[in-house]
Amino acid sequence: MKKLSLLGLLGLVIRRDLLLAMRRRADVLTTLIFFVMVVSLFPLGVGPEPEMLRKMASGVVWVAALLSSMLSLPRMFSADYLDGTLEQMLLAPQSLTALVLGKIVAHWMLSGLPLVLIAPVLGLQFDMSLQALWMLVVALLLGTPILSMIGAIGAALTLGLRGGGVLVSLLVLPLCIPVLIFGAGAVDAVNSGMSAVSNLSLLGAFMLFALVFTPFVAAQALRISME
Amino acid sequence: MLEVGNLACSRGDHRLFSGLSFTLHPGQIMQVQGANGSGKTSLLRTLCGFIQPDEGQIFWRGKRVRELGEDYFAELLYLGHLNAIKDELSALENLQMSAGLAGYTVSEQQAVSVLRRMGLQRREHLPVRVLSQGQRRRVALARLLTSDAHLWILDEPLTALDVGAVGLMQELIGEHLSNGGMTIFTTHQPLQVAGVQMLQLALS
Repeated sequence: MKKLSLLGLLGLVIRRDLLLAMRRRADVLTTLIFFVMVVSLFPLGVGPEPEMLRKMASGVVWVAALLSSMLSLPRMFSADYLDGTLEQMLLAPQSLTALVLGKIVAHWMLSGLPLVLIAPVLGLQFDMSLQALWMLVVALLLGTPILSMIGAIGAALTLGLRGGGVLVSLLVLPLCIPVLIFGAGAVDAVNSGMSAVSNLSLLGAFMLFALVFTPFVAAQALRISME
Repeated sequence: MLEVGNLACSRGDHRLFSGLSFTLHPGQIMQVQGANGSGKTSLLRTLCGFIQPDEGQIFWRGKRVRELGEDYFAELLYLGHLNAIKDELSALENLQMSAGLAGYTVSEQQAVSVLRRMGLQRREHLPVRVLSQGQRRRVALARLLTSDAHLWILDEPLTALDVGAVGLMQELIGEHLSNGGMTIFTTHQPLQVAGVQMLQLALS
């Protein structure tokens, strides 16, 4: 019998969540399809005015990304909670924080990364320029992990509550407003010919800050929820 | 050695038990008895640290469990009402994953032989979804065989098990005790471990 290192545990949790998602693909696809649908509805609803579409593109994509990540949040811990795996996780002899970090990374790979990859295709509907599309991808790449990290706290706190899905959105969405502002702002800056460095640095700073604090806070929230 | 001193626990406004003290030495086994709702599961969950007791202390090897934290978890194996297995994974994958969460790795060979001993031959690669309730419980119990934890806390381990599996459980607990392990469990079915005096704790 070999002991598992902290990195080994992290890898195991990520591998496990990805494997489970592969066996239950519908959950991953619903988030992605929701995102595609919401973004695609705007050009249809607003009309084919290129100037206006270009202007609202980044905001629409960001809001849709925010909403679809809320859609997948309640699932982060609920399956493990219902079948008792979460009890075993709380009894893990390694750090629960590392374990939660693993779950956050897996959640981002399943719900955030697909959005980042498909966003440029959707951006074409809005007649976005190449630089703007590129900036959209970079900003989403920095921003979507923050959504998963902050969301983990909300998901942990609302575990096992009735109507937890709505509650988690109410808890988490206000906290994600800075991400929305600076994420959409980065693309707008490029559109108006300015540098997006300040927006991206702020997003990066948020991400690092969240990376340090949120796994620990979410782990404590899980302990409270399990009592 | 597990020592519990003056433990009190309540759920909501309802006091489940108070002034509960006992000591469990290596090689000893204790059955927690009581009617439905008398707090058996709450006691076991308190011992695991899920629930903070209202009063009292729990000591493991002379140190407080609160302070030991993860060092205590490394020597503890808890099996609750829920099986903690994933329907989408096979019995083999479940066993390897749960071992990983408990901080150690199990080779495929070892996992297969453990599942065989639990009476799951030719079921190792089937998704757990297609197994019966009793077989799922066996998959969950297979964890006992891969772990080297000293303290087993088992909440109704015999639910859904057939006569053969109950016999196997008695054998496993017997082996665990003779290796210097400790067991605390609840059950509504008779469970006899050969050659061991069973301590009884009655909750009312």
